[in-house]
Amino acid sequence: MNFLDYTLEELHDKLVSKELTAVDLVEASYKRIEETDEQVGAFLALSKEEALQAARETDEKGIDPNNVLSGLPVGIKDNILTKGVTTTASSKMLEDFVPVYDATATEKLKGAGMISVGKLNMDEFAMGGSTENSAFKLTRNPWDLSKVPGGSSGGSAAAVAAGQVPVSLGSDTGGSVREPAAFTGLVGVKPTYGRVSRYGLIAFGSSLDQIGPFTRTVKDNALVLNAISGHDPKDSTSYNGETPDFTEGIDKGVKGLRIGVPKEYFNEDAKETGVIESVRNALKLYEELGAEIVEVSLPHSRYGIPAYYIIASSEASSNLQRFDGIRYGYRSENVSSLEDIYVKSRSEGFGLEVKRRIMLGTFSLSSGFYDAHFKKAAQARTLIRNDFDTVFADVDVLVAPTTTTTAFEIGGKIDDPLAMYMSDILTVPVNLAGVPSLSIPCGFSNDMPVGMQIISKHFDEQMMYRVAYAFEKETDFHTKKPAFKGGE
Amino acid sequence: MAINEETVKQVAKLAKLEIEEEDIHTFTKEMDSIIEMVEQLEGLDTEGIEGTYHGLNQHNVWREDKASNGTDREDLFKNVKTRKDGYIEVPAMFDNGGSEA
Amino acid sequence: MNLEPVIGLEVHVELKTESKMFSPSPAHFGAEPNTNTNVIDWGHPGVLPVVNKQAIEYGMKAALALNCKIATHTKFDRKNYFYPDNPKAYQISQFDQPIGYDGWIEIEVNGEKKKIRIERVHLEEDAGKNMHGEDGSSYVDLNRQGTPLIEIVSEADMRSPEEAYAYLETLKQLIQFTEVSDVKMQEGSMRCDANISLRPFGQEEFGTKAELKNLNSFTYVRKGLDFEISRQEKVLNAGGALDQETRRYDESTGGTILMRTKEGSSDYRYFPEPDIPNLVISDEWIDSVRASLPEMPKERQARYVKEFNLPEYDAVVLTATVEMSNFFQGTVDNGADPKQASNWLMGEVSAYLNSEQVELLDTALTPESLAEMINLIADGTISSKIAKKVFKELVTNGSTDVKALVEEKGWVQLSDPSKLLPIITDTLDKNEQSIEDYKNGKDRALGFLVGQVMKQTRGQANPGMVNKLLKQELDKR
Repeated sequence: MNFLDYTLEELHDKLVSKELTAVDLVEASYKRIEETDEQVGAFLALSKEEALQAARETDEKGIDPNNVLSGLPVGIKDNILTKGVTTTASSKMLEDFVPVYDATATEKLKGAGMISVGKLNMDEFAMGGSTENSAFKLTRNPWDLSKVPGGSSGGSAAAVAAGQVPVSLGSDTGGSVREPAAFTGLVGVKPTYGRVSRYGLIAFGSSLDQIGPFTRTVKDNALVLNAISGHDPKDSTSYNGETPDFTEGIDKGVKGLRIGVPKEYFNEDAKETGVIESVRNALKLYEELGAEIVEVSLPHSRYGIPAYYIIASSEASSNLQRFDGIRYGYRSENVSSLEDIYVKSRSEGFGLEVKRRIMLGTFSLSSGFYDAHFKKAAQARTLIRNDFDTVFADVDVLVAPTTTTTAFEIGGKIDDPLAMYMSDILTVPVNLAGVPSLSIPCGFSNDMPVGMQIISKHFDEQMMYRVAYAFEKETDFHTKKPAFKGGE
Repeated sequence: MAINEETVKQVAKLAKLEIEEEDIHTFTKEMDSIIEMVEQLEGLDTEGIEGTYHGLNQHNVWREDKASNGTDREDLFKNVKTRKDGYIEVPAMFDNGGSEA
Repeated sequence: MNLEPVIGLEVHVELKTESKMFSPSPAHFGAEPNTNTNVIDWGHPGVLPVVNKQAIEYGMKAALALNCKIATHTKFDRKNYFYPDNPKAYQISQFDQPIGYDGWIEIEVNGEKKKIRIERVHLEEDAGKNMHGEDGSSYVDLNRQGTPLIEIVSEADMRSPEEAYAYLETLKQLIQFTEVSDVKMQEGSMRCDANISLRPFGQEEFGTKAELKNLNSFTYVRKGLDFEISRQEKVLNAGGALDQETRRYDESTGGTILMRTKEGSSDYRYFPEPDIPNLVISDEWIDSVRASLPEMPKERQARYVKEFNLPEYDAVVLTATVEMSNFFQGTVDNGADPKQASNWLMGEVSAYLNSEQVELLDTALTPESLAEMINLIADGTISSKIAKKVFKELVTNGSTDVKALVEEKGWVQLSDPSKLLPIITDTLDKNEQSIEDYKNGKDRALGFLVGQVMKQTRGQANPGMVNKLLKQELDKR
């Protein structure tokens, strides 16, 4: 039993035909974790007893033939709250924090019958692009163990890529689902802002954060997004319009569609040419399939990185103030005053990258700098958003590389925060604009997977999945299995 | 230099963070390069442009005024380090009017 | 140097909603610590605020009562600061687009009327409470956290502590009439900070101000301002300069104590709350809230004078609180003579409330029972002397049928001549001397005889009737 060999629908059929039970799947998941996680390091915590109990209950109740997710194991990024199960956001600050409620996304997956096997490693508070910022462990890329899995949802990506779980949840503030999906050869989505409730997602950049699933195929991805989408009365920023079935019309093909190619996303001078080559090949295929390829411009793209780092860090600086050592979370031992509790708990509880972002955000909001930083970034955001609106008047989707390079070496950028920030250059504009984007595997460069993102209009995820599915049907990149290079 | 050590210290104070004296120099340099990067925005003409402060442009989202019971107090206190009876205990503070409400 | 005080007030008023501003936990006063709280109030990771629509509407109602304009586009902002009673370390408030702005109220001091402008009315959430122990610890109760508040900021239009006092009284009265808050300083549902500076008379620009906190009653506001004026005067007259300071009123001394200077003040890093979508307030909504406003005190006073012929003084007293005013209206609506209703409310009723330290609505008295009692006096069923007993009964035990009550208690007045005549004849027979005195023109004798009859009837005789019958019988002798 290897999750890498099956789609969710195939697993579901096996459950319905009783060829397999939910307990079998959960056990298979733990067996695979046992075999591979020493090398990969995807999971922070396993909830074996609860998961097996839930699986037994599912088997007793019987699999719902109309519910494709029923009885399937899932891994959850550790910044998404799971009631009664420690949720740390990979921070010493929350090392022993036990949530008293489930995130809406967790609740919805459970409601759909999915079984959470454990919590997945990440960059601390989702800040980073390599999962090296975890306070607890290093996660390695299953394709090459000397490389990063991407971040911040590196554990979520590595777990699916390594076949430990068929599905996982991540969160994407500036590329934190799409970049690791690209680095590990997976399908990962950043839904339209507002599509998935943020209630119970530990906030990083409130106006940017979205939860999204990692899967191995496009349709699997749409099926999981179906389950977690919808308006949540507990999240005022969740979209109160309709939630369509994202698999509807997925096989309509691309004939007659207009695919926009944003020229700013194709840096022909890039040092790793394999990435752009793969995407160019994909575009050729789309053309063969009957799509019209149109070069377009998103002229404010270059302001994406500065605007993003100001906005995300400013919001984060405020969001992370609640971690003060008083009501929950880490409290420094050597305190004698209230000020000590604050300063020492936060200084000892947060890692270096989190402190950098808090500092940048605090600075950007402080009096005297607000206009030049925070306000200016918010205005740049409007211009970036307008860029997307303008091109979407003319094209159905945008196709671009997800990242400028394939997965880099562990330790390669960790001492150079600016270089690390720049690796988000192709993903952050999407979060600033709020539009949805799906990263799918589209080739290999230096034996590492290359990701391509398909960006569509606000709330037009159906079009995004349709275009992705057309490519996947004609290619076999998604069926390739990781080599565990460098492993025993 | 976009930022100096003095400013870094002030910002740290606002954020309730402590930057060790030995790290302040490196930290300032790092912050400086980050701030220099974000200050690329200076070159962008934003005259008359409204800022975007929300991820989704919708308005008037609210709930009706119906009360429901609070979270069980014992559940809330499970993560509290120091308590006394039904209260969260913290070291005494100078009453500097910190609370502004 | 002759210095003029310049005073502005910031008043916080808790709104009387069922649930909190941004969370559905109960917004009630006086529960066990940390029991009316949920994960949102505690600022747990991942929680999000959802606006209570009623709080918005109450805020609008209060702002309209203070003659404010209502913002058609408004939003919430985060005000960042660390404090144990502020769990998220930011307070959700309104920064640059308050729900109400450019209002005014009219105050009166020593018979002189004056308009005080209101700069803004904004919505925000209340903080929890810190109890400072004697044991080196503080104790945090988050029950109050998230209770909806409005902050009402006046322009610096007041020129004396008396004006500040009058402003607060008028503000309290107006808000109270809208019924969006209990506005009780002693329970903390109304709180006040004061800004005060001095400047030479005739000077346009403001002097350096001090902000006064911990002003827990209207009297403390007045005393705190009095103290500040003399403190600042001393410094300025000695040629010194003032620092911009926040000072705390000390109830035990009546003075103010330095808390912090401006250099130590915080940078709140306000920015728009990304978790709450903006608000667009339609003209229709504003109009419907305006239409729901009750008749305000000034309008009621004018109507009482015009429609009920009440003296201006009565009208003012009766509209001091909305309860009293509504009670008065109810009594009149139930058929009582307005002046009589006014007399009772201003007299016996107020005396009772004062002596028992209770609120009107906490007594058993109702507008219906008071009206019925007044009518029973008017038609002679009970005497005004007995009415005091009836009132005592109505205010403590209440009654839905006052007529039945007085009959049952035997308090009905004796007016029937056929029953009174034998008693009068008997009394005259026993008091020959008084008859003689009466005939000799001594008026006192008649009074004495009336008294004797009243005594015989244990106070139940109708004194008017007794008087009439006595004169009639005396003339016969």
